[in-house]
Amino acid sequence: MEQIFNNLSESLFSDLKKGEEVILSFSGENSQFIRFNNGSVRQTGLVDDAEIELKFISNGRICGGGFTVSGNLDVDLKRGRQEILRMRQESSQIPIDPFLVLPTNSGSSHEVKKSDGLKFENSVDAILPAMAGVDFVGILANGKMFRGNANSVGQKHWFETDSYSLDYSLVTPDHQMVKGSFSGTDWDQKGYEEYVERSKRKLVLMERKPIQMKTGDYRTWFESAAVSDFLGMFSWNGISEASLRQGCSGFGKMRHNDTRLSPKFSIVEDFSPGFCPKFNSDGEVAPNSLALIENGMLKNTLVSSRSAKEYGLSSNYAESGEYLRSPKMSTGTLSHDDVVKTLDKGLFLSNIHYLNWSDNPGGRITGLTRYACFWVEGGEIVAPIETMRFDDSFYRFFGDQLVDVEDSQTVNPEVGTYGGRSLGATTCPGILVDSFSLTL
Amino acid sequence: MKLDVDVKKLLGAVDVPADWVGIREVYEAHTPRMIRDGVPVVNASSATHGIMVEVLVNGQFGYFGTPDMTPSGISKAARSAFKQAEIASKHAVFEFDQSARPAHKGTFTSPFIKDRNSLSAGNLNEILLEAYNHLKVSDKIVSASTLCQVIESNFKFVSSNGSDIHQDFLMFEFDLSATAADGSNQQTRTFGGMRGTCRQMGMEYFDKYEIYANATRIGEQAIELLDADDCPTGEMDLVIAPDQMMLQIHESIGHALEVDRILGDERNYAGWSFVKLEDFGTLKYGSDLMNITFDPTLESEYASYAYDDGGLKATKEHLIKDGVLVRGLGGQESQIRSGLEGVANFRASSWNRAPIDRMANINLEPGSLSFDQLIAEVEYGVYVESNKSWSIDDYRNKFQFGCEYGRLIENGKLTKTLKNPNYRGVSTPFWNSLKGVGNEETFGIYGTPNCGKGEPNQVIRVGHASPACLFDKIQVFGGV
Repeated sequence: MEQIFNNLSESLFSDLKKGEEVILSFSGENSQFIRFNNGSVRQTGLVDDAEIELKFISNGRICGGGFTVSGNLDVDLKRGRQEILRMRQESSQIPIDPFLVLPTNSGSSHEVKKSDGLKFENSVDAILPAMAGVDFVGILANGKMFRGNANSVGQKHWFETDSYSLDYSLVTPDHQMVKGSFSGTDWDQKGYEEYVERSKRKLVLMERKPIQMKTGDYRTWFESAAVSDFLGMFSWNGISEASLRQGCSGFGKMRHNDTRLSPKFSIVEDFSPGFCPKFNSDGEVAPNSLALIENGMLKNTLVSSRSAKEYGLSSNYAESGEYLRSPKMSTGTLSHDDVVKTLDKGLFLSNIHYLNWSDNPGGRITGLTRYACFWVEGGEIVAPIETMRFDDSFYRFFGDQLVDVEDSQTVNPEVGTYGGRSLGATTCPGILVDSFSLTL
Repeated sequence: MKLDVDVKKLLGAVDVPADWVGIREVYEAHTPRMIRDGVPVVNASSATHGIMVEVLVNGQFGYFGTPDMTPSGISKAARSAFKQAEIASKHAVFEFDQSARPAHKGTFTSPFIKDRNSLSAGNLNEILLEAYNHLKVSDKIVSASTLCQVIESNFKFVSSNGSDIHQDFLMFEFDLSATAADGSNQQTRTFGGMRGTCRQMGMEYFDKYEIYANATRIGEQAIELLDADDCPTGEMDLVIAPDQMMLQIHESIGHALEVDRILGDERNYAGWSFVKLEDFGTLKYGSDLMNITFDPTLESEYASYAYDDGGLKATKEHLIKDGVLVRGLGGQESQIRSGLEGVANFRASSWNRAPIDRMANINLEPGSLSFDQLIAEVEYGVYVESNKSWSIDDYRNKFQFGCEYGRLIENGKLTKTLKNPNYRGVSTPFWNSLKGVGNEETFGIYGTPNCGKGEPNQVIRVGHASPACLFDKIQVFGGV
């Protein structure tokens, strides 16, 4: 793939005329997808896919183009050259963009992560025996992923990784479920089997008769996976500078009214673990670490170079969508072993589901409990709960209602596969909240 | 540049001893253009083009999605798909045969008057920029945008048992959006909710004078919302406009009736369903006024087609008739697995994903009441338009929706404007509270380009058309 990327970018850049610039972004994968249901294979297949996105800049205008990379250089060069011609012609018709960002050469990078992954032909036999005897449903995504970026002023980045993720649920006969997500680069059969055993032990708890909760406010523990979902909402009309400027961010109270979250809440964008490339789709390299909220106070928003130019700010080289790519939330003092005892009486929520802003300016988020969620009383897990809807503000559960934060973090890998397999992860601890509102 | 591909020749290049082979070619070009705050932010066009080779081996399907559309590329893809299927067949959920891919021949073309080239990039930018100027009715509009995305899609499907299908689609998505703000008081108004305006038709849609009039209305309503009262809280009558009915149908009917969900395929991602296989033919889903159809034949609706991605011919069918659940959203595979009657809804997002049960056009059939008659039925309640927030549980029971724009209804009349109108409920009690259905004059055709489902994930286009509807005793509430 890297050779294709190099050949295409060099050939296409050599066709440019004076005053024209191009940024080329490459994304590809050689993936295996196996879908399981009832402990058996529902669908199985392979996907080879790669695409190039182009930004063509000329005379103060910018046009975008893109095409599928077939792997045949003649075909792909013809596609690329036709795109350049089309964009050259179109750029004479469209208005000037006063905020377009010209490419620069700030240095190149090359990162190839080799691993001893799960061979495609071995996947079914590696996974299914450990799941014997349980109702297992989920997806294996496995194989190589590629990202590249090059521009016509000589900058070039390449990132390649080989990884797998088995995202799954185990289900009791009464439809109670436990979630698991086993992912990595080198396949570890023993580690996998031990992970599944832990899920199976958790499933035993789900066999107790579920409790129907009443609506109202409850002291609540959120496991790291649930906190990760809340932090995901910051990427959607939240931490983005453009969202704030355009009046559609839940962070407005922090920006305009100096509202603060709890001093126990801090979050940074941290690229040091290498879950995803540091370069964005314009080839700009983000700092290793960027403090976003520090001890409850908004320190930085995510600022793309376009937003920086439009609003007169400094860029921190966020993606154009200004979403979190590798967030890390700071730890607190609560040991996971002490969570149930410290919670004493309330909700233990392992996962949450289908979040949406119910009142974006107020920071209010609605969603539902899902998977292993329990009622706790007297410092003991009593039973799982029936699905409940919640509706509460992050200004409360990350703010004045935040009692404590777990003393260790969990890495929650991005397992989404819309369009293609995603990269990135959210690293965060669990949180204990004094009051959290169930509404239906 | 679109390659001309001879799919029948490629089918002949497949040299594996499979029980069945299918080749599905998809070419799709997206051309989005967007003006935000007076400047162009998107002028782009990108195309995806590839083939999915699917084989049936010992009762198990296997696939390979590839952009290499040469005979050698397809031959290699078929061999890899064969191997995948062969290994998996020892652990298959179900043993299929060729009947899962019925043989059909036919064509479909989206209806349109003006093709995509009838409006140049320059013309469209001019319309979008002028529409932006109409949105910006006040300095309190802190941000406004106009967006148009044209989509061309070509689909070919041939198979070893004789299917030969060719479908060409021309579609667009259009939006106008204005955000008014005063400090942290922010209100956004759009043209039909979250990209709700999407249709299958040509450039004849772009009547610039109608667009400018709508832009002015949207800008003015955003300002109006800034100073509006918050929506009241309580149990009351609720009248829902078609651009919110769209998502109500989508979330609390469409997804719940997908047979692959009921069979458990989606339990790890999108979820299960409160509907059980034994409910078909008996479950009183809603009131007698409720008639829901799967209708791939409605002209200009976003997800109209003649055949699904498994080659099944698509026809209009009732899913819920006079409030009773009669049919599920199950394609041929799900019909075989479940023993239920279904529809032609086995769809994939592109060449790189395998088909699964999806919605297409799921509509609520019109009733008899005019809009004024619906409002006149209400002593005290709320009227809501345009979705801005949505959430429902994994069984498709407990939902909550937020809308952009509300009006109070008092003594049968619309009175003051309301901001932050929200409501929540549980699917079947909610639909059984349906007590008024608008007539064809209240009927609106909408859709969404962003229906997510499946593992690996797939986002797909769906259409929803509905009249305005009146519901009894719904939990309604406002903002913080």
